[in-house]
Amino acid sequence: MADSQDEKVVNILKEKFEDQVLLVEQLYDFLTVTLKKDRIIEIIEHLYENPETKYQFLTTLFAVHYPHTDESRRTITGQASDIVVSNEGPAGFIAIVYQLHNMVSNHRVRLKIYLPEENPQVPTLTNVFAAANWMERETYDFYGVTFDGHPNLKRILNVEDMIIFPMRKEYPLEDQTREDKQDEMFGR
Amino acid sequence: MGGLSMEDITTTRRNISIGEKPDGIEGTGFFATSLEKVVGMARKNSIWPLPFATSCCGIEFMATMGAHYDLGRFGAERLSFSPRQADLLMVMGTIAKKMGPVLRQVYEQMAEPRWVLSVGACASSGGIFDTYSVLQGIDRIIPVDVYVPGCPPRPEQIIDGVIKIQRLVETESLRRRDSPEYKAMLNKYGIE
Repeated sequence: MADSQDEKVVNILKEKFEDQVLLVEQLYDFLTVTLKKDRIIEIIEHLYENPETKYQFLTTLFAVHYPHTDESRRTITGQASDIVVSNEGPAGFIAIVYQLHNMVSNHRVRLKIYLPEENPQVPTLTNVFAAANWMERETYDFYGVTFDGHPNLKRILNVEDMIIFPMRKEYPLEDQTREDKQDEMFGR
Repeated sequence: MGGLSMEDITTTRRNISIGEKPDGIEGTGFFATSLEKVVGMARKNSIWPLPFATSCCGIEFMATMGAHYDLGRFGAERLSFSPRQADLLMVMGTIAKKMGPVLRQVYEQMAEPRWVLSVGACASSGGIFDTYSVLQGIDRIIPVDVYVPGCPPRPEQIIDGVIKIQRLVETESLRRRDSPEYKAMLNKYGIE
């Protein structure tokens, strides 16, 4: 349930970035705000500096791939707002999720933006949080999201000569070079 | 000594046997055989294993080295944690693709003659980890002499694998490592 701190945060966001807020939700008692992608860094900076919020710790930063399944469900115009609020859920997007934490009041918030899956691009957060450096590298490694202005955007966990972004749905999970998994052995 | 009688102790002693000598010509005061057989016998009974343990198969290996199963009974008591003094590379566990070059370098640092024992499903074939990040069998980067199946294999199976390695060590020709076939096999893996 929304507590007073949650309401305060939403009000602070809406006060300055009314036009950027697409959706405010409580997901498993966790305040989640879906935003337009354009001013995301500015918004996080504001939440960092505002004495009422002071979200000065970046818990995590990651991506979610919502694969493109059906042309009719896809709308990039209006910054995915139509899709995000519809029941069917988003398709054809890579969402970037920022989780922020105020260590003093022990309050958290989740911010979510949607990028088109063909060319996911977003400014880097490393100028606000140094901890975002490796998180953005990991997100690039697994989802191919380009973080503009990142000081060292290269793979961090996978082998350097990998040519795919393995967590994107268009790439199969299995190793494609394996020879012992013949279909007939598995009744396929 | 609990319930042990003198007879029990002597019976235990009687069960200890020494290794068989190789075939040869024997007479009073001399024994003649081929150098190859003597070297094979010596090598077989003093293998220095290098454990390359990354996961649960490594735990089974620890049991294998422990007092109950005691790989030391087979002359492999002395583990070598440097590849340069090791005879046998025991790869136990999942090898991620990113670790592949490390494993290969360890293999390259071992002096000839060297043997490789692949313990468990993951090292042998990738096992259940049929995924983009896991090497689908170490034989894609280094040659393997004996595979031990199992997930993980029991210590008895690991010992069985080591005994099979011993058989290879014992019967290997002294010139095998100089043969063109052996060099061609290494070249296939891009080594040397």
